[in-house]
Amino acid sequence: MTESATITPDAASPDAVPSAEKVREELIAAYPSKVGKKRAKHILVNDPANPPEIEANVRTIPGIITQRGCCYAGCKGVVMGPIKDMVHIVHGPVGCSYYAWMSRRNQAATGDGVQNYLNYAFTTDMQDEDIVFGGEKKLAQAIREAYATFKPKAIDVFSTCPVGLIGDDVHAVARQMKEELGINVFGFSCEGYKGVSQSAGHHIANNGLFKNVVGETDVAIDHPFTINILGEYNIGGDAFEIERILEKCGIKLVATFSGNVKYDDLATSHNAKLNVVMCHRSINYMAEMMEKKFGIPWFKVNFIGADSTAKSLRKIAQFYGDAALIAKVEAVITEEMAAIAAVRTEVSGRLTGKKAMLFVGGSRAHHYQDLFNDVGMVSVTAGYEFAHRDDYESRRVIPAIKVDADSRNIEEIQVGPDPKRYAPTKTAEERAAMEKSGFAFSDYDGMMSQMRKGTLVIDDISHFEMERLIQIYKPDIFCSGIKDKYVVEKMGVPCKQLHSYDYGGPYAGFKGAENFYREIDRMISKRIWKMIVPPWKKTAA
Amino acid sequence: MLDQTTATITERTALKINPAKTCQPVGALYAALGVHGCLPHSHGSQGCCAYHRSQLTRHFKEPVMASTSSFTEGSSVFGGMANLQQAISTIFEMYDPEIIAVHTTCLSETIGDDIPTIIGKSQIEGRIPEGKVVVHCNTPSYVGSHVTGFSNMVKGFVKYLAASTGRRSEAVNLIPGWVEPSDMAELRRYTDSFKLPSIMLPDTSSVLDAPATGEHSFYPKGGTTIAQIRAMGDARHTLALGRWASQDAADLLTKQCEVPHEVLDLPIGLGATDRFVSALARLSGTAVPQPIEDERGRLVDVISDMHQYLGGKTVAIWGDPDQVIALTEFCRDMDMKPLHVLTGSHGKEFEARIKETLAGSVPDANVKEHGDLFLMHQWIKNRPVDLMIGTTYGKFISRAEDIPLVRFGWPILDRVGHSYFASVGYTGGLRLATQIISAIQERQDRDAPDHAFELVM
Repeated sequence: MTESATITPDAASPDAVPSAEKVREELIAAYPSKVGKKRAKHILVNDPANPPEIEANVRTIPGIITQRGCCYAGCKGVVMGPIKDMVHIVHGPVGCSYYAWMSRRNQAATGDGVQNYLNYAFTTDMQDEDIVFGGEKKLAQAIREAYATFKPKAIDVFSTCPVGLIGDDVHAVARQMKEELGINVFGFSCEGYKGVSQSAGHHIANNGLFKNVVGETDVAIDHPFTINILGEYNIGGDAFEIERILEKCGIKLVATFSGNVKYDDLATSHNAKLNVVMCHRSINYMAEMMEKKFGIPWFKVNFIGADSTAKSLRKIAQFYGDAALIAKVEAVITEEMAAIAAVRTEVSGRLTGKKAMLFVGGSRAHHYQDLFNDVGMVSVTAGYEFAHRDDYESRRVIPAIKVDADSRNIEEIQVGPDPKRYAPTKTAEERAAMEKSGFAFSDYDGMMSQMRKGTLVIDDISHFEMERLIQIYKPDIFCSGIKDKYVVEKMGVPCKQLHSYDYGGPYAGFKGAENFYREIDRMISKRIWKMIVPPWKKTAA
Repeated sequence: MLDQTTATITERTALKINPAKTCQPVGALYAALGVHGCLPHSHGSQGCCAYHRSQLTRHFKEPVMASTSSFTEGSSVFGGMANLQQAISTIFEMYDPEIIAVHTTCLSETIGDDIPTIIGKSQIEGRIPEGKVVVHCNTPSYVGSHVTGFSNMVKGFVKYLAASTGRRSEAVNLIPGWVEPSDMAELRRYTDSFKLPSIMLPDTSSVLDAPATGEHSFYPKGGTTIAQIRAMGDARHTLALGRWASQDAADLLTKQCEVPHEVLDLPIGLGATDRFVSALARLSGTAVPQPIEDERGRLVDVISDMHQYLGGKTVAIWGDPDQVIALTEFCRDMDMKPLHVLTGSHGKEFEARIKETLAGSVPDANVKEHGDLFLMHQWIKNRPVDLMIGTTYGKFISRAEDIPLVRFGWPILDRVGHSYFASVGYTGGLRLATQIISAIQERQDRDAPDHAFELVM
């Protein structure tokens, strides 16, 4: 690995962190020049007032050790996998199904006769002969066998790399089986090579879910405050905590996309009055399509962090504009904040000013900065694994985003108002009045506007960059995923996994925030960090 | 838990449910980590590499470094040559390995990328620095299992590197099979205690059990060196442990370098370890060292002392074929009754071996190659057992049926210890035996009424 010149701390910079410009130059210079030129566009010094244009959602250079996964992982693993009462069949060799089997920790409540398949993995386990002669018959038979064995609500099928290459038509097989079995069966062309990361798979999942499930069942929901939460996958029980809070506030949750959710919830979700978006990257397509077809407005929320949760709840109450609801939400916030205040204060006393680095996902690297803010910690550098420019710079840049060859083949569904069911929750006039008073719809301001000036923002961080940044910044905590976890901890820095939560959680909402404060406090103050060097190797002070 | 699983077994010809195997590349990646200074490289979509690194990391709780060709739709249409060439250049410039071990995926296999040609071209173009090496193996995910991938990668190292100089050395090659770093270290202790010069390929000890030092070592100090792999061609003999994971490389050493070989079972449990130790004694021409014989005696002693907790206990075993074959024999030798024995990997020979092992004790055992854990669960529902031995994925069956589980094999995602404490050899057998005995005793304690809750057991 290339060793480079020492970076001297910049006195003008907050917390005596080396100047971001110098760090940036060093990282870029370490690469072969062609690679460095490409990476330079992904590594930027932040200006919250005028977020710089970052290169994102483009190919990772082959050979670079990246955090990224594939399209299939985004489609099956992230968006569709958490739906609990569907049988998710992975059409392909065994590995893809095997690796997406319980590894994302999407939890689901059971009971009341609800079928739960989250502990199961289903695959056609394609063999040599299926690749040579085609796998359509095997897939059809697998769907029949799944139906005969389980009688599930619905079945979906995920295509892995070789399926697309050999030309199996999973959609035709799904249509045929839907007719034969009389339940909803549909497929996804989410081969791993599509797009440049998991992100393509999110989009493909949104499209399939929208076309095949959302809007299937019309029901009148007799409740004044109905809501869907989009982009919350119930990792470590986050959705349970959000469900608890909403219920306490008197807000009726119709469907969560897609944590702890049933097929029927999603099929009726278009009857809700409001969509709120947690993970913008993975689900914003759905919010847009549901608004265009059914007139359901949406805005961005964040239930990660106590202050953010309070802010999000207030905005939801404000949307409905009901005085009793607003008062109820305030009462809930007061009560919940009071319940965690002691822990927050105690932990803040130890953690204020500590440095965090976050490189994860398409929303968590942003959301979790709010949790660190709650206890006075500073996010010194951050970046996403598979986000797009809008997740960094705000949705305002969407019209300017160039669609390259890798994204062009991901379908953009053209959606218009449903002739019968388009029923905007707010009239144009109501909406205009709300916007005038500062209420933002269809909004996401992105990570950069919330990060401090002079911090480093890095897209699709490489292993080399990660190690170097840790050496330079010496963070108190690094947030990433399983592949980085033990590298970082070998370096003596605690690493919090923000995909799996290190098998803990929930971290959403108020109780989740309290969990997280305690967890970060525990990790940073672990005694063992001070005992890495044996006594006989310590020089006398 | 697993409420949708019923006892009614219907024949399935197309649908695998809860697989007991995964695909080849992850095995190739694990094997490559056992070569010093090696960066495993996955020639396929990014997801393959991400999934394999994640799964191995979850099992070892250690860094697992590997790179990927990051295929896009374009490379899938036009072939992955440009991606692999770029990757080779980037890897040597950025990560400076001694050797890159490329394995393929279902994607690159389906489009038919010719890896030796790409490596050759990269050599000519100067992408591979002087003295550095790129090797490969073919690991299509739709053939075999993760065990096949391990076997193919070991064979790949032999194919590219092992050479005969015409001078036979005193060394014996040891191909350990897919075992833990702890097991590999223990196997080395065995050959050392017989003063038998040996070369072990691969060797993940001091790689996937690296100490915390405050620094991350990108290439940890362990692993078989390239020079050692080359020298395997001059060895006088090869011991291949496990027919599924190790035989192919040993065969190739015979073919390529005329090194004679024999295939033994993995030395797990008493009988298989006896055969391994006898082979070492024969090859070294020395008597079995007293300390090893003492360890054997201790294992026999514990099995005998605690036989009341073992004899007649029924057990379900699943995992990789080499492991399960040895483990089934071990359970039989402790007078346990393996009622259900299953592997996810292919091989009719597996069924034959297990049936032969159990012929005298459980002639009606359920035995299946290329099976899945859904079937295993259904077997258990139809004929319950006292104990389950297998991977972490069994914990869901264990909870659903309230049967204790001893974790064994790959992967173990929810406990630690396997990578630090060996299961091979007599002491490894002692560890396994005590785990089994403890699991049965814990259950007896839990279920005992107050009056029969024993102080001494």
